[in-house]
Amino acid sequence: MSEAVKEVPKKERPQFRNIHITELPNYRLPPAGWVSILHRISGFGLFLLLPFLLYLFELSVKSEITFAYFKGILENPLVKLVLLGLIWAYMQHFCAGVRHLFMDVHVGIEKDSSRQSAVTVLVVSLVLTALAGLKLFGAF
Amino acid sequence: MAKNNVGPNRLVVGAHYGLKDWLAQRITAIVMAVYTFVLLGSFLSGSNFTYEGWAGLFAQQWFKLFSLVTFMALYYHAWVGMRDIWMDYVKPVGIRLALQMITILWLVACAFYTIQILWS
Repeated sequence: MSEAVKEVPKKERPQFRNIHITELPNYRLPPAGWVSILHRISGFGLFLLLPFLLYLFELSVKSEITFAYFKGILENPLVKLVLLGLIWAYMQHFCAGVRHLFMDVHVGIEKDSSRQSAVTVLVVSLVLTALAGLKLFGAF
Repeated sequence: MAKNNVGPNRLVVGAHYGLKDWLAQRITAIVMAVYTFVLLGSFLSGSNFTYEGWAGLFAQQWFKLFSLVTFMALYYHAWVGMRDIWMDYVKPVGIRLALQMITILWLVACAFYTIQILWS
């Protein structure tokens, strides 16, 4: 009897390790996961491009001549694209940060409401980006 | 021997900058959020985006100071966040220390550039 027990082969048990970088493409993130990683990516991007943003800010307030030059730079499609990306990064980071602050005081930490707020963050930041972009490029 | 390391006499370890930075990140975030509402509100509600309106806002002393406080909050906030990123992804101590030093120098440079922009 005891021998029979011994001879049962050990089952291969699944192992769950940290996600490897090669698994990223086939790993499905929930909305809250997207908000989380985008918070980090957007923060890093804003940090890297701080001098560029400060330079644009300087042009915009220094004098009327530099302001005109600033508006000229905005005509460049590449600058427009980069700036829209940065505005989105700011809005995304801002909205996700507000969500973070609410969660710190235990508001909306249930599964359903946190999923909802994550989707809201993704949508609202896109809407705000569109608004600020349209205004900056003179649509209204 | 009596246990004298319990209750209020417990041995507290750590340098506490984990908690301090966590709290500082939240406080600086609130400062920036308020500033964002003010700036975004005035930017979006203005009839058109002109030099007079935009620079006029930044010409007032209270708004210069409000901007400076917010930008300083931003740099502290960025330091905490960048430090988290380096600690999470960069394990060799030498490289991590170098990246952290570069981050600090980068942010200090940005801080002085900000002062120059606001008061010139």
